[in-house]
Amino acid sequence: MDYLTENIDSLNQKLAAGTVSADELLQASLDQIDEHKNLNAWITVDKDAKPQTDLDFKANKLAGIPIAVKDNIVTKGLRTTAASHILDNFMPVYDATVVQRLRKAQATIFGKTNMDEFAMGSSTEHSYFGLTRNPWELNHVPGGSSGGSAAAVASGQVVAALGSDTGGSIRQPAAFNGIFGIKPTYGRVSRWGLIAFGSSLDQIGVLSKRVRDSAEVLNVIAGPDDHDATVSERPVPDFTAALGKDVKGLRVAVPKEYMSDAVDADVRQAVQKQIDALKAAGAIINEVTLPYTKYVVPTYYLIASSEASSNLQRYDGIRYGFRAKDTKNLMDVYLKSRSEGFGEEVKRRIMLGSFALSAGYYDAYFMQASRVRTLICRDFDNIFKNNDVIVGPTTTTPAFKIGEEIQDPVKMYNNDILTISANLAGLPAASIPAGLSDEGLPVGFQIMGQRFDEAHVLQTADFIERSNKFYQQKPAGLED
Amino acid sequence: MNFKSTIGLEVHFELKTKSKIFSPSPVTYGAEPNTATNVIDWGYPGVLPMVNKNVYRLGIMVALATHAHILPQTHFDRKNYFYPDNPKAYQITQFFQPLARDGYVEVEVHGKKKRIGIHEMHIEEDAGKNTHGTNGFSYVDLNRQGVPLLEVVSEPDMTDPDEAYAYLEKLRKIVQFTGASDVKMEEGSMRVDTNISIRPAGQEKLGTKVEMKNLNSFEHVRLSLAYEEKRQQQVLLSGGRVQMSTRRFDENTGKTYLERVKEGASDYRYFPEPDIPPYKIKQDWIDEIAKTLPESPMDRRKRYIDQYGLKPYDADVLLQTKESSDFFDQTVAAGGDPTLAANWMNTQVNGYLNDHRMELADVKLTPAHLAAMIKLIKDGTISSKIAKKVFAETIANGTDPKKYVEDKGMVQLSDVSVLGPMVAKVVDANPQSVEDFKNGKDRAIGYLVGQIMKQTRGKANPKIVNKLLNEELNKR
Repeated sequence: MDYLTENIDSLNQKLAAGTVSADELLQASLDQIDEHKNLNAWITVDKDAKPQTDLDFKANKLAGIPIAVKDNIVTKGLRTTAASHILDNFMPVYDATVVQRLRKAQATIFGKTNMDEFAMGSSTEHSYFGLTRNPWELNHVPGGSSGGSAAAVASGQVVAALGSDTGGSIRQPAAFNGIFGIKPTYGRVSRWGLIAFGSSLDQIGVLSKRVRDSAEVLNVIAGPDDHDATVSERPVPDFTAALGKDVKGLRVAVPKEYMSDAVDADVRQAVQKQIDALKAAGAIINEVTLPYTKYVVPTYYLIASSEASSNLQRYDGIRYGFRAKDTKNLMDVYLKSRSEGFGEEVKRRIMLGSFALSAGYYDAYFMQASRVRTLICRDFDNIFKNNDVIVGPTTTTPAFKIGEEIQDPVKMYNNDILTISANLAGLPAASIPAGLSDEGLPVGFQIMGQRFDEAHVLQTADFIERSNKFYQQKPAGLED
Repeated sequence: MNFKSTIGLEVHFELKTKSKIFSPSPVTYGAEPNTATNVIDWGYPGVLPMVNKNVYRLGIMVALATHAHILPQTHFDRKNYFYPDNPKAYQITQFFQPLARDGYVEVEVHGKKKRIGIHEMHIEEDAGKNTHGTNGFSYVDLNRQGVPLLEVVSEPDMTDPDEAYAYLEKLRKIVQFTGASDVKMEEGSMRVDTNISIRPAGQEKLGTKVEMKNLNSFEHVRLSLAYEEKRQQQVLLSGGRVQMSTRRFDENTGKTYLERVKEGASDYRYFPEPDIPPYKIKQDWIDEIAKTLPESPMDRRKRYIDQYGLKPYDADVLLQTKESSDFFDQTVAAGGDPTLAANWMNTQVNGYLNDHRMELADVKLTPAHLAAMIKLIKDGTISSKIAKKVFAETIANGTDPKKYVEDKGMVQLSDVSVLGPMVAKVVDANPQSVEDFKNGKDRAIGYLVGQIMKQTRGKANPKIVNKLLNEELNKR
């Protein structure tokens, strides 16, 4: 079984026809994981996992198909760590809503993918369980924070994986690994069971080689949930209905800030080719401007870190997870457990966020960032008055080298400049491969839509997928 | 030198909901530690709060009952601090905007009426409980974690401890009569923090505030404030300075003791709770709640006195609890005479509850029972003396009064054709009493009534016996 050439529909047909069993599919995943151990895409793999019984391949497209779950999404009885020492022995007693729904759809849940600790990072280098490598070039990062999910899909260990995206954590690794990844609208998918980072920005989404596969998984996980007050009550459309359409008359906005010199020339070139293809197929291309783009990185890092500083306070060594030894009193338990349990990047953000919320600084930092966020949202609302989608590069560069940026947090943060606006504004956004860079690394093409308009995002991505057929390429790093 | 006191009170009420404010765990009192909890109360990774809408409703009831202005949109904020009884390390509260503001209650102190302002009231979650074992371990019980609270913050309108006492009594009664809270100090469903400052008469600027937290009773509030007034006066008169501090009241010594000095405000890093979207409170909903709001104790008192002709004292006794007032109203609604119902409630029923250390909800007596019994008294079927026996049976065993009276043959003997000859006989048999009566000794009648009662085993209708005896004696 070669997951690089299969997709959910093809696997479903084979399962229904009996030419392959769910056990064999799971075994194929386990074999591939073993084969690609060097990528270190997983934190926990349950070798004793079994597919569900009484599989109904007609009712459930995902029945018997192994799906990877990012390790910040809680899974009952399956260790969940968020790649942190502070949770390295944490065994959840409940399932996240998305996991419940995948199980109900009879998908096989069997392992947890590597990530940056608490989803804080853009390289999957900040994991207590070691870094993940890029299957296209092993000395390069897979992006992050959903780097494990992206590498697992790109190397054919699974056909689809769940990720989470707070500032680009699905789209950037999807771009770096030459696969598709979508962050739905904030409020489209329940966050119940997602280990919180920035609560007003976090959203669970999907990574897969093929657009249709993500649409199929989204169909299962999206929709109202009485465990999450921020999930919309809106009915969920069939996301696959957006696929296979032409793009004639589609109004496509290209922000000039997204195609500036700050973006590598070969990246721009690959992206321009996709825009040309859209134009050739009858799409209307409009150059627009997003003047607040220069403020999105500071705005984002203030809001996300502030929320994170509060969300991560519960990891105090008292009730679960890691507790430091040889502590003298309560304060000592807190200080030592948190000092030893959190990694450097997490501590950096907790400090930044605590500062931004503290009395005397709140107005200047958190409040000011909240106001700018409102202006950024308005920027997007204006553009969507006359456009269906906004497109551009997902990242300014292709995957960078391991160790290249980890010593320079600001450089690392600036990686997210093109992806975080969608989180600040709550927009659905995806990355679809646009081709290869001069060095032969994948380049991502980002598509953003209006809130709750995943359909136009998927439609555009599906057109690009059909036009450049990038999915036929195999990651170069795998040939070794 | 004369001093003026400025007193403000912060009162926490537990709102009476079945489940917690943000989780489906039940609200309990006295349950085994940590049995009324779930992952949300534990602050587990990945959990999210869902607001119990009933909390808004109960909060709105209290706001309406205290004439407060309800804000059209409400939202929650996070108050961040580390403590083992606070599992998320933040409390979800309302910091930037309360549920309602600018209310008041009216009190009467030293014969004068006064309005005490309510600055604001906000909703928040309660924390768990830490206990420190003797074995070197501390224990955390999260049963109370997430119990909904309404914090009512007064204006600093009170100028002496008696006003503070009156405000608390009135506020408790108002809240109790909305049904929004059990208001039991001993169970923690009502908790009081106070603050007091003094300043020389004539000085505009307020003095330095001293806080006292978790006082056990209204009396302790009064005593601790009175002590603080004196203490602070002595400090100022001896040229000292009052420290901004929290003090603890010791009920054994009647004094307050320094707990901690406040150095600037604590930094709780408040910010809007991102997991709960703002919630619009529509006027329609407020109107609907206003319609179902139980009648206030003030309105009930007026009705009892003006409409039923009860004495103010009797009305006040009935109004001590919502339960007794409701019981009385239901008794009257079931046809019981109001005056008799009030008398029975305030003497026999209360006496029974006190003797047995029970609550109205615990006894088998129903308003229908009490109304039926009062009717039997009123129509002369039973005497008040018999009624006491009937009452004892009904309140202990829930026996229907009418059936009991019939079964036991307790019906009063009022038939003149039976009583007439009996009276004649008794008079015949007691010439000395006839003699005494003629000499103006009224006592004689009492003796003769007693004889008839003896013969009828208490069933004779005393009114009719009296009337017949008078007639018979006057004939002689």
